[in-house]
Amino acid sequence: MTQKHVGRRMTRTEDPRLLTGQALFVDDVQMPGMLHAAFLRSDYAHARLVSIDVSAARERPGVVAVFTAEDMGDDWKHGPPLVSPPPTVEDIVFHSRTHVPLVKDKVRHAGEPLAIVIAESRYIAEDAVEDIWVELEPLEAVVDLEKALDPGAPLVHDDLESNLAAHLVQEKGDYEAAKAQADLVVKRRIYIDRGAAGAMENRGIVAHWDVRAQQLTLWDTTQAPIPIRNGLAAMFGLSSHQVRVIAPFVGGGFGPKIMMYYPEEVLLTWATLKMGRPIKWIEDRRENFFATTQERTQVHYGEMALTKEGRILGVRHDFLHDTGAYDPYGLTVPLNTQSHAMGAYDVPNYSSELKVVFTNKTIVTPVRGAGRPQGIFLAERLLDIAARELGIDRLEIRKKNLIPPDAFPYEHKIIDQAFAPLVFDSGNYLATLERAAAAIGYEKFIAEEQPRLRAEGKHVGLGIVSFVETTGVGPYEGARVTVETDGRVSVATGVGTQGQGHFTSFAQIVADQLGISPRDVRMVTGDTAEFHWGTGTFASRGSVVAANAINAAALSVRNKVLKLASKILETPEEELELADGQVRVADLPHRAIELGELAAMANPLRGAVEPGTEPGLESTDYFGPKYGATANGAHAMILEVDPETMMIEIKRYVTVEDCGTVLNPLILEGQIHGGVALGIANSYYEQLVFDENGQLLNASLADYLIPSATEIPPIEVLHEETRSPLNPLGSKGAGEAGTIPVPSLFAQALEDALQDYGLEILEMPMSPNRLFELLHEESKTP
Amino acid sequence: MNIEYPISVTVNGTRYDRDVEPRLLLSDFLRHDLGLTGTHVGCEHGVCGACTVLFNGQPVRSCLMFAVQADGQEVTTVEALGTPDDLHPIQEAFLEAHGAQCGYCTPGFFMTLVPFLEENPDPTEEEIREAIAGNLCRCTGYQHIVDAVKLAAAKLGS
Amino acid sequence: MKPAAFEYLAPTTTEEALARLAEHGWAAKVLAGGQSLVPMMNFRLAQPSVLVDINRIADLAYIEPARDGGVRIGAMTRQAQVERDPTVASRLPMIHEAMPKIAYPAVRSRGTIGGTIAHADPSAELVGASVALRARFRIGSRDRGERWVPAEEFFVGLFTTALEPDELLLEVHVPPMPAHSGWAFLEVARRHHDFALVGVAAVAALDSKGRSDGTRLVFFSVGEGPVEAHAAAAVLQGQVPTPEVIREAAETAGDADVDPQSDINASAAYRRHLVKVLGQRALAQAFLRAQGG
Repeated sequence: MTQKHVGRRMTRTEDPRLLTGQALFVDDVQMPGMLHAAFLRSDYAHARLVSIDVSAARERPGVVAVFTAEDMGDDWKHGPPLVSPPPTVEDIVFHSRTHVPLVKDKVRHAGEPLAIVIAESRYIAEDAVEDIWVELEPLEAVVDLEKALDPGAPLVHDDLESNLAAHLVQEKGDYEAAKAQADLVVKRRIYIDRGAAGAMENRGIVAHWDVRAQQLTLWDTTQAPIPIRNGLAAMFGLSSHQVRVIAPFVGGGFGPKIMMYYPEEVLLTWATLKMGRPIKWIEDRRENFFATTQERTQVHYGEMALTKEGRILGVRHDFLHDTGAYDPYGLTVPLNTQSHAMGAYDVPNYSSELKVVFTNKTIVTPVRGAGRPQGIFLAERLLDIAARELGIDRLEIRKKNLIPPDAFPYEHKIIDQAFAPLVFDSGNYLATLERAAAAIGYEKFIAEEQPRLRAEGKHVGLGIVSFVETTGVGPYEGARVTVETDGRVSVATGVGTQGQGHFTSFAQIVADQLGISPRDVRMVTGDTAEFHWGTGTFASRGSVVAANAINAAALSVRNKVLKLASKILETPEEELELADGQVRVADLPHRAIELGELAAMANPLRGAVEPGTEPGLESTDYFGPKYGATANGAHAMILEVDPETMMIEIKRYVTVEDCGTVLNPLILEGQIHGGVALGIANSYYEQLVFDENGQLLNASLADYLIPSATEIPPIEVLHEETRSPLNPLGSKGAGEAGTIPVPSLFAQALEDALQDYGLEILEMPMSPNRLFELLHEESKTP
Repeated sequence: MNIEYPISVTVNGTRYDRDVEPRLLLSDFLRHDLGLTGTHVGCEHGVCGACTVLFNGQPVRSCLMFAVQADGQEVTTVEALGTPDDLHPIQEAFLEAHGAQCGYCTPGFFMTLVPFLEENPDPTEEEIREAIAGNLCRCTGYQHIVDAVKLAAAKLGS
Repeated sequence: MKPAAFEYLAPTTTEEALARLAEHGWAAKVLAGGQSLVPMMNFRLAQPSVLVDINRIADLAYIEPARDGGVRIGAMTRQAQVERDPTVASRLPMIHEAMPKIAYPAVRSRGTIGGTIAHADPSAELVGASVALRARFRIGSRDRGERWVPAEEFFVGLFTTALEPDELLLEVHVPPMPAHSGWAFLEVARRHHDFALVGVAAVAALDSKGRSDGTRLVFFSVGEGPVEAHAAAAVLQGQVPTPEVIREAAETAGDADVDPQSDINASAAYRRHLVKVLGQRALAQAFLRAQGG
C-alpha cells in the first residue's frame, strides 16, 4: 500500500490558476451585449417612501431600463424564509418578516434598494442613479437593542405589536435549584457589537436568460449555488433544469454569501428574464457595508452558579439578539450562541431565555463564528470572574470543569442550530488545554516573566481559554466520482469553494480510495450543471459533510473497480490493490490494468453490460450525519498594553485545535490563522458604528479597520486529533475555530495586563477609545 | 464631457491603442477593456491593495488612477509574472507556503512584492510585514503570506 | 463606485497649468498623485467638472539641497522618492522618519509632496511636520506671479489652504534644523498605517545655557488643521527642560492649546489625553536629541 494522501501537507491543486490570475471570479465574466446594473439605495435607515421619479434616469443616454417596486407588478414579493424556526421547541414565538427586492412602502435599513438602473456601463448606471428623484419621509429609527423593546418604541414592522422577532426558552436541568445550592453566583451584563465579514471580493452576479435556449445562467458569488438555483426556478416558474447557477472561484465567503435570494439575485434574474440580455452587477465596497449581511450584536444578562471549590453548578443567561431589519435566517445564530454558552464545560443546569429583536440595521446572518463567539465569551468571562472571586487559578478552574474524556457522547439536552439534540461527540478537552498552557509557558510566565516585566513597568498579560465549535451539521451533501478513460478522476460536488482548499483536500480523499495522485483528480464545485443536490458551504461543514460524501462515492467507485478488475485479471478482489493509477495483483505487480483502460471497458460500445450492473466507473453518493461533530481547542496569548496610549501589541499567540482527522495540515493551519485574525479584529479593531438615526458612520475600508500584516501577530498552531465517531473519515470542521475564542481570550489577557486597574472587560470589541473610557473616565465616577 | 481620448499604453510588453473616457479607472481599463482580469478590485478607494499594479515599475493602486494617465506609460500586471506551468519564484513560494486561500487579494500582493524584493532581497519579518501592510487579506491572517515572502526571497536570491 | 464625468486637461508645463487654472477657476481641481482626490471622486463626494492633471509636468519633480542648508522639494516629487532620498535623510531627519508613516508603499509611490500639503488633511503627517519645521511654500499664478507662504499661514482650516483657485503649489522649502536642536515625530494610530488619532511633530531648541529657546510643538489630527502649541512653548521658553517642565508643558498643550473634536475613533477627552502623553514623550525625545543624547 502506498502512503496515504489524507493527512499530508500537500500544496494546493487550485493554486496555479489562482496565483497566475487565471481563475475565474464573477466579475471576470464578459458576455457580448452585457448590460450593467447599479442600485439607488436609501440613505435613511427608517423612512416612508413617498414618491420616486425615475423619468430623468430613463432619459439619460446609455440607460436601457430603470425599475422600481411598482414596475415589478405581481412579481414583487417578500423573499421566502431560508431557515424556519425549530418545530420541536414548545412555546416558541417567531415572526417571519423577510426582505423585499425593492422597497415599496417603507425603508427598514440604510442601503435598502429603491430602484435598479440597467445601462450600457456601470459608469452610466451610476450617473443615472443620481438622476432619480426620491422623496423619503424619515421615521425615528430603531437602533439600540434594548430600547427597541420599550413600549412605545418605533416599529420596524408596523403590523407587529413590538420589535420582538422571536422568543424562545431552552432549559437543561433546574438552574434555580442549582443556584440555591451555590456558594457563589456571578452576574454580569455582557455586550458584543456588530461587525462585517469583509471578504476581499464583494458580492457579484451575472445573470443571463438565453431566450433561444430557454436557459437561465447565473454566475453568483454564493456559498449555496444549489439552493439558489432551486429557489430561483420556483420563484420564476422555471424547471430547475432550466436554471444553472455557477459559483466560480469566490473571493472569500465568511458567511454572508450563504444568505439566499439577496434582493440583487432576485432582481437581476427578473430583469434578464424580462430583457433577454446578460446583466452584470458587482457590489462595490460602499454597498457591501449596507447590503451584505452582518452579525454579532447581542446583550446578555448572564449568571454562573458555582461551588466554593469552583465547580460550575449552572449557567443562566437572558439575552437579546439583533436580527436587523428582517429575519430570513431564522434562529441559527442565537441557537449557536446557546450551544456555546456552556463552553467546553460540564454544566449540569442551564437556562436561557432568548429574545430576537428587529432593528433598523442591515440583516443579520452568520459571519464566521456565527453566534459561537458570543456564547464562548459569556462562558469564559463568567468563569474568569468566578475564579477571581473564589481565589482559584484560571487554568485550574477550567481543568476542574472541562467535560472529561470518558463523558462522550456528552448530551446537553438542548437543541442546536440544526434543531438536532446538542451532543458533543468526542474529544479530549483537558489535553488541548494543557497543551496550550505548556506551549505558552503558563506557569513560568505567571511565576517569573510577568513579575519581571511588571517591575520594568511593562503591562503584559496572559490569556488562556477553552472552547468548542459545533460543526458539520446536516442535512446532507453529495458527490459524483467518475473514472475517466484517460485514468484521471472527475469529482463533482455541490458545495462552493471560497478559499478553503476543497479542490485539494477532497482530491486527497479520492486519491487514497482509488490509488491515484491527487493531481489527477479534476474537481468541480459549485456548478449546478455538474451536480445539483446539496445545500452549501456553511457551518464548518465542508470537511465533514461534503468530504464524507466524496469519500463514500470514491469508495463505491473503488468497489466497482475491484469487481471489474477481478473478472479481467481473474483474481479474487481481496488479492487486488489500487496504486499508481492501476489495479494490480498485490503479489504479482506486473499483472495489472490501468484505471483508464478499465473505465473504457466498463463503458463498451459493443457487447452487453450485464443485467444488474451500471456502465462506467462512476458513483454518486451522499452523506448526512445524525448530528454535528464538535471540535474543540484552547488558545493562549500574551499581550502588552500601553495604558497611556491604549495601544496593544500581541506578543505571542498559540492555538491547539482538535478537529478530528486532519485532512491536510497545511490547509488547516491556514484556516486557523485566518480565523484568529478575524477574532483579533473582532476584539480590538473592527466595529460597525451606527448613529442614533441608524446611519453607519464607517462604511469604508479607511474607517472600518480590517487589520493588516502589521497588526496580526505570528500564530502558532498545534494539533490534537480525536476522531469523530460520527463519520467514516473521523473529521470535524475547523473553519470557524480560529475566530470563536479570541474575544474571550483577548479580554482575559487585557485584564491580566491591567490587573492593577481592577478592570473587567464585559464587552467586545474593546477599542482603544472604549478602553480609555474604562481606565480614565468611568473609574473616576463614583 | 463624454469625449474619448486616444491612448497608447504598454501593458506587460504589449502596446494597446484604445479610446477611453477620461474618468475610466485604470483598474477597469485593464480588466474590462484589455481583458486582463488577474488584477482584482476590492474597494476602489485605495485601501485594500487588491488592484495594485506596477506603473513604470512602481507599485500603484490601479483604482486610483485614470486610464488616460497611462498614455505612453508602462503597466505591469500579474499576467506578466508566470503561467500555471511556469510559475514566477514569488508565485512558487506562495504555492509552497500556502500563501493564498481564496486568491482574490493575491495578485495585489505579488505586485507589491516584486519591487519590494528587488529593492530588499533579504528582508526581515518586520520589513516584510511593513511592506505588505497596504494589502489586506481576510483569509490567511498573513502568516503563510509572510512565510511565502521569506521563501520567495530565498528563491530569488539563489 | 465610479467617478462622475469630467473634462480632462493634461498640461506639460507649469505655465500651461497656471493658464488652465486661471481659465477654469473654481470649477477646476488639480490632480497630483490622486491618492486622496480619486477616492473622493470614486465615492462621488467630489465631482469636479475640470481636472487639471499636472503629472506630466516633469520639472516639478526634484529634490535639491538649498543654500541655507535646508532642502527644496518640487511639488510633484513622489513621496516614495522623498522617503529614499539621502539629502532628505541627512538634512531633514524628521521628514525622513515621517514618510513611512504615510499610508502604504503603493500610495507613496504615486502620492506627492505637493498633493498632501495642498489637500491639507488635518491628519496628514506632512501637514504637521511642515509647520513644526517652518517650511515655506512657493505658489504660482498666471496673473499674479509667484509668492511664498509660510506653513503657519498656509493651512487655514479643514481641507482649506491659502491657495487661490488659480494658484498652484510649486515647491516646498524646508529650512535646516536650528542649532542645538532635536526633534521627535510620534503618532498613535489604530492600525500602523492609518491616519493618527493624534500625532505630534516637535522641534526642541536650546540656547547656550541649555535652556529651551524657540521650541516648537505641533499636533495633528486634533482640529481643523495642524495645531501649534503656543502655550506649551511659552511654558518651556527659557526653562531648562527637566522632566517636570516637560510634563507641565505637555499638560498645558492638552489643556490650553488644543480643542479636539470627537469622532468614531476617539473622543475629545481621549484625544486631549493623547496630546498630553505624546507631547511629553515627544518633548523628552526631542530635548534628549538636542542635548546630543
